[in-house]
Amino acid sequence: MSAAWTTVLAVGAGTVALKAVGPVVVGGRRLPERVVSLLTMLAPALLAALVVVETFGSGRHLVADARLAGLGAGLVAVALRAPIWAVVIAGAAATAAARHFL
Amino acid sequence: MRRGVRVAAPLVPAAFIFGASFGVLARAAHMGAVAAVVFSATTFAGSAQVAAVSVLGAGGGVAAAVVAALLLNTRYAPIGISVGESFRGHVLRRLLQAQLVVDESWALAGGGTSRFDRRVLLGVGGTFWLAWTAGTAVGAVAGSAIGSPSSFGLDGAFAALFLALLAAQLRDRRTVAAAVGGAAIAAALIPFVPAGLPIVAATAAALVGWRRA
Repeated sequence: MSAAWTTVLAVGAGTVALKAVGPVVVGGRRLPERVVSLLTMLAPALLAALVVVETFGSGRHLVADARLAGLGAGLVAVALRAPIWAVVIAGAAATAAARHFL
Repeated sequence: MRRGVRVAAPLVPAAFIFGASFGVLARAAHMGAVAAVVFSATTFAGSAQVAAVSVLGAGGGVAAAVVAALLLNTRYAPIGISVGESFRGHVLRRLLQAQLVVDESWALAGGGTSRFDRRVLLGVGGTFWLAWTAGTAVGAVAGSAIGSPSSFGLDGAFAALFLALLAAQLRDRRTVAAAVGGAAIAAALIPFVPAGLPIVAATAAALVGWRRA
């Protein structure tokens, strides 16, 4: 099985299970406050790491290239409260433009 | 449920286009079109799916891709638990309905409040699922037609997309601290460990939630 399909099936099965925990198993009970707090901090930590890797990562090197322009455009779009698809298009357009002209 | 569909309607174009963006990005990371659509239909969680294809695209390997994506989705355990009481009926029925819990459907249905309405959640979730999966199909097919992803700046689009998803998560000082910590850990580790690991290691920054709770 290819890497893509293995990933799709493993993440799919894991997510189905994670979503089912509450409605199927736990139903109405509450998790300890500390555990909830820890779990809600996972998303910002991971997403910030992904921003860094996608902007500066190139194998095992940190580089500053055209993607930095994409991040800048994305930052402006987010600050203007643009919808998510507009942020994506702004990021792609700025990256392509920077790569073409610089 | 009809009310949920009505509440979700204005957001359908956004979900569709986000789905299409994922489809294009998945193709750019060498995932097949069918795999991308199956991914959206089963996982139905945008940030985790984009994280998985981004790790795969960077050569990070299956294990790192799966771990990063599932860690992003661990939030669905407490979210599901917060509304679990209102799900009734056979186990299979609850299992299927639980899949329609996503950030948007939970929020629009009043999740975490006393006004929570399960039927609104199902209406919003079902509508989003259709738009997300159909958008992925269109994007994956269009993505096949695009030659080199980098000439369209799609590599920079990943960073912008994660930034937008991150902005939605920054609610208070602790979430900002977790984000700054995660970014610092990733930047520090990139030169020293294989691709994918810096992202997984960045979750250590979530411990600010443990310490100050």
